[in-house]
Amino acid sequence: MAELKPFKLPDVGEGLTEADILRWDVKVGDPVAVNQVLVEVETAKAAVELPAPFAGVVHAIHFEEGATVDVGTPIITIRVGEGEVAETAPATGPTADGGDLVPSPPVDGGAAADRPASAAERPAASKAGRESVLVGYGVSGERGRRRRRVAREEAPSANDAFGVTPGAHAANAVLPTGRAVLAKPPVRKLAKTLGVDLSNIVATGPNGSISRLDVEEAAKSEAPRRGSGSAPTAGAETRIPIKGVRKHTAAAMVASAFTAPHVTEFVTLDVSEMMALRERIAARREFRAVKVSPLLFVARAVLWAAKRTPIINSTWDESAGEIVVKHYVNLGIAAATERGLIVPNIKNADSLSLLELAESIGALTDTARAGRTSPADMAGGTFTITNVGVFGVDTGTPILNPGEAGILAFGAVRRQPWVVGTGEDERIEPRWVTQLAVSFDHRSVDGQQGSEFLADVAAVLRDPGLALL
Amino acid sequence: MTLHGHVPPEPDLVQLLTPEGTRVQHPDFPLEITDEEIKSLYRDLALVRRFDGEATALQRQGELGLWASCLGQEAAQVGAGRALRTQDMAFPTYREHGVAWCRDVDPVTLLGMFRGVSLGGWNPNENNFNLYTIVLGAQALHAVGYAMGVTRDGAVGTGEPDRDTAVLAFFGDGASSQGDVNEAFIWAAAGNLPVVFYCQNNQWAISEPVERQSRVPLFHRAAGFGFPGIRIDGNDVLACLAVSRVALDEARSGQGPTLIEAYTYRMGAHTTSDDPTRYRLSEELETWKHRDPIERVRAYLVRQAGVAQDFFDGIDAEAEELAVRIRAACRALPDPGPLSVFDNVFVDLPDELAEQREGYREYLSAFEGAGH
Repeated sequence: MAELKPFKLPDVGEGLTEADILRWDVKVGDPVAVNQVLVEVETAKAAVELPAPFAGVVHAIHFEEGATVDVGTPIITIRVGEGEVAETAPATGPTADGGDLVPSPPVDGGAAADRPASAAERPAASKAGRESVLVGYGVSGERGRRRRRVAREEAPSANDAFGVTPGAHAANAVLPTGRAVLAKPPVRKLAKTLGVDLSNIVATGPNGSISRLDVEEAAKSEAPRRGSGSAPTAGAETRIPIKGVRKHTAAAMVASAFTAPHVTEFVTLDVSEMMALRERIAARREFRAVKVSPLLFVARAVLWAAKRTPIINSTWDESAGEIVVKHYVNLGIAAATERGLIVPNIKNADSLSLLELAESIGALTDTARAGRTSPADMAGGTFTITNVGVFGVDTGTPILNPGEAGILAFGAVRRQPWVVGTGEDERIEPRWVTQLAVSFDHRSVDGQQGSEFLADVAAVLRDPGLALL
Repeated sequence: MTLHGHVPPEPDLVQLLTPEGTRVQHPDFPLEITDEEIKSLYRDLALVRRFDGEATALQRQGELGLWASCLGQEAAQVGAGRALRTQDMAFPTYREHGVAWCRDVDPVTLLGMFRGVSLGGWNPNENNFNLYTIVLGAQALHAVGYAMGVTRDGAVGTGEPDRDTAVLAFFGDGASSQGDVNEAFIWAAAGNLPVVFYCQNNQWAISEPVERQSRVPLFHRAAGFGFPGIRIDGNDVLACLAVSRVALDEARSGQGPTLIEAYTYRMGAHTTSDDPTRYRLSEELETWKHRDPIERVRAYLVRQAGVAQDFFDGIDAEAEELAVRIRAACRALPDPGPLSVFDNVFVDLPDELAEQREGYREYLSAFEGAGH
């Protein structure tokens, strides 16, 4: 009887979770000997050749060159022995342990028809498969075969000693979570001492286990409830799945914050003249249909200043080893929507008239609020403005939209006391005052350039006539 | 001529067998050795290499978490290992598979730690081979401590060949920069201890070349501590054997410590987690291939000793058998039982721990299928 034996991608480098298939040295139908090189894979640490663990004939190759594969996933199946394939299906890869599933990997077209049952299971390479453990030691099904503890009357003393509630595992079977409570013996002891029910605790420890801190927190939140006589309820916290826009935003912010060294500078300025100009323009006939907001003038000022400091409108291209200075401005406007933060941009904003720019900003925000912003609207931005002032906030330290070199935060415009005039004429007057903050990528933008850019934006908002220069 | 009167001319290194397989004499280190003995050394080298290669493959197949290959350093290890007497004690790093072989530690046992099923696996007192030490250089201090004990036991300088004991401490060029190793040098010199420091300079401390760690050849460092140092061709098993014998003899006779720098090359990666192509040039590897420690012994046996092909075929077959045995035995290594944590720390288990073990046993027996 022949047997189909899958070879799972091992962790070749102490704690790696995945590898890229670089090159297959065998194809379906090839005979292979023990330790014959099958494939070269590249991990975060090294490119290594994987030798065959058993002799036989290549039955199926599960991933094409270039594919990224999770550790523990079968990458090749070898037919070992002579004759018909045994009825019993070979051991499958890691079984699903819950959690998000690894997307179905590309399958060798020629091998798809006769691929083994295990290949169909492959998408089930679970979260557990990402853990840095050895193949054969933990990621695979063995983990699921945890022996259940049985309540034994003759062993209560040991239970007491280890702070274990007898029969706790059986009780867990009917918990809403449907999962066994994981906690170390000292933590169980603590819970018992504090009178906290482990099954009601939200676990934040490693591998979903309940930590000492979790128990202490739970004891704190339960104490007043017990005092007031009401029954303790679960739900002192709300668990929000990280997905969609939130997930994207998080990834983008992390990527940006930890690749581009941010510098943020601030300026406080009197924008009374800009506010006056805004009133005059809003009164004009052709602007009747559009919103003439302070943001419009800030956008215009940014476009004007970016022409004078082009580096602020650039991209750091790490792979090419180049700084790409854009001769167009796709101006992003950060918008708060129900789905979260999105940053659509106005293409070639620098070529628009003030009216066109006003129309574009209006259309952009309407589309965003309606949740109809397309991916194309959000792609290719070169500089971003975030209008934190609409929340009544003065300023902030914005994080760059990934790929951009600058972002400007526009604070609330308020009536504030301001020193005007000089010499004998110097006095305090109520004026329209705001704050601007610009963050820039210090890899490409020097302090001087960033400062000049911010000073230019401030200058033209303080005295819009400068734009005539 | 003794080591303690020897001043090595720079950049001399002791060599008794050239890379081409020609036997040469060294005025200070004559070696009486028969062709039969050289054949047995060849067998050691070939089997150690085969075992090491199999372990590397097993790691790539997910059977071991990690493997530190000794490829290229077989002669340095076998030469030193075969210079030991039964009562001598060796303190290895985690790469001394060739020394373990000479001390009769079953290669399968070595795999246990790298598979994560044991914390050592052999009784150091039975093989006179300490457990592998992962902490860089720490074993140099253990060796010195052991040598202090040997001195207090009066097992030095008695003139009885089966009683006088030497200690052999292994470490690499990288560990020679560690504080532990330097402290060990100081203690060894201060106590005139019967310890031989055996540094396999394989040129690379992972990715750090040795010339960035030391302005002087490593064996010159011994002078600063007040004992002799010598550099030998670490790819020449005969030189390694000859000089180790002299150094160990001098240690046993009470003349104090020696530093031997076995000048060799790590042909493979630092460990299976490392990719040496990222930091060293292939030309360097090619140069060292011509100095292979096994090929020169084979060349000698064929050209100068007239050994027939049968002998080599026999060794190859034995190596293959060894590989097959290791492969199967590695996969069959049992997982340790949870109660084994109580073993091997105390000779006599204290009452409190015995009580804990009993409680734990009872706890474990409360699970389904516990078999109690």
